[in-house]
Amino acid sequence: MAIDKNSTGYTFLFSIAMVVVVGTALAFTALSLKDRQDANAADKKMIDILGAIGVKADRSNASEIFAEYVVERIAIDLEGQQVSSTKEPVNPKDKTDPFSIDVKKDYRSSVKSAAKSADGDDAALMAALADEGLTFPLFQCVTDADQNLYVIPVVGSGLWGPIWGYVALEDDMKTIFGAKFDHKTETPGLGAEIRESFFTEKFKGKQLDVEGATLFSVLKGGAPTDEYSVDGITGGTITSKGVDEMMNRTLKVYLRYFQSETRAQR
Amino acid sequence: MSTETVASTTKKESLFSKKNRRLLVDPLDDSNPITVQVLGICSALAITVQLQQAVIMSLSVLFVMIGGNVIVSLLRNMIPDRIRIIVQLVVVASLVIIVDQVLKAFQPDISEKLSVFVGLIITNCIIMGRLEAFALANKPGPSFLDAIGNAMGYAWILLAVSVVREVFGSGAISLPGMGQIKFLPSSWFMSEGGFYENNNLMILPPMALITVGIIIWIQRSRNQALIEEN
Repeated sequence: MAIDKNSTGYTFLFSIAMVVVVGTALAFTALSLKDRQDANAADKKMIDILGAIGVKADRSNASEIFAEYVVERIAIDLEGQQVSSTKEPVNPKDKTDPFSIDVKKDYRSSVKSAAKSADGDDAALMAALADEGLTFPLFQCVTDADQNLYVIPVVGSGLWGPIWGYVALEDDMKTIFGAKFDHKTETPGLGAEIRESFFTEKFKGKQLDVEGATLFSVLKGGAPTDEYSVDGITGGTITSKGVDEMMNRTLKVYLRYFQSETRAQR
Repeated sequence: MSTETVASTTKKESLFSKKNRRLLVDPLDDSNPITVQVLGICSALAITVQLQQAVIMSLSVLFVMIGGNVIVSLLRNMIPDRIRIIVQLVVVASLVIIVDQVLKAFQPDISEKLSVFVGLIITNCIIMGRLEAFALANKPGPSFLDAIGNAMGYAWILLAVSVVREVFGSGAISLPGMGQIKFLPSSWFMSEGGFYENNNLMILPPMALITVGIIIWIQRSRNQALIEEN
């Protein structure tokens, strides 16, 4: 055949055909595997939430154990008003289920830039996010010892990328029962250490300074800590600051809920 | 068109000819991609802490390698020369994305542990190297064999290194779907009052390099032809 393989026209046609074929193949793969991947992500989320209250689970039994310990799932808005709540079994496909609230996506799309410009000023942050219609999930759990615990998802930024975690509060709404953090791309050996137990253990039993200006602090390496702070990770200053920032920003929202009328009536 | 069919029938007859067998066997030893050509060494060092990760990684590379080599070989007479590297890259990248998606769906825990290294198969020099050096100039049959040979050459080093590292570093062996099988009773460990302690150095990245170095040493003392003259 007399087609010039190196002509510009052929090159363009070849590229276009290639892109169409490859695009179709990838779209097909992604769509056909999506259900399984979503189920895996939901399992992972349950394992993490249970991890914050010190319950071990794996992928084979995550949903059963989750149903056993997490008694209620609540969604609240920025002002701390309860929007919805459910005690039904988790259905990851149900978008109105507080379990399905994608806090990471909310953070990426609106909270991140607002938090940056507000720079720790809670009133400014509230004003910036007022029209976003954000909701925040809260997981009420009961332990084997009949202790009421509240698990709060937190999302923030580390040095290289997103960091996130779950903080479990006790019934008094200010004692930290446990915490679990994770990250995507923090530096191994430095910022990445936030996921390790030596770091999360330090949060156990600490208090939130409900009356003070900052609820909780992750201090720079070696500074003396009190009941409202933990020692950050040496060499992981920016990641530690990220933990500090995401805890303060997020927990303030939940504090409004805990102190609000709806809460008092329960 | 008719010459193509003739060529493919003759190719079938000679698929396991001496020359084609060499395609399969050579990369295992004489031209091993890792120990002789020193390609793809980054991932070999990074994911050999556990055998199960190495197995999954090897299978992923095998799939991408075979897919890439065969597809590029089939397209070799159609690919415009000026964009051939991009075309190879697109083929490899799509295969890697498929592997990544499948792992996320069926092996979520291992996918998490392998993290970026599945995506980095795209930049694995072995794959691009074989596409450019072999598949672009050879028929699909030999390309298929060449892919298997090179992927296996990569795989056996990975498996060997990870077995050494996991046995001495964790006192266990893990296989996909079976979890970790411990060799020693936990009462033997120092933390439980015993006398044995795992060698933590084996878990750290430098030991992968040293283990690969030892394999190269053994290989070269056995196969003197590989030793360069100064």
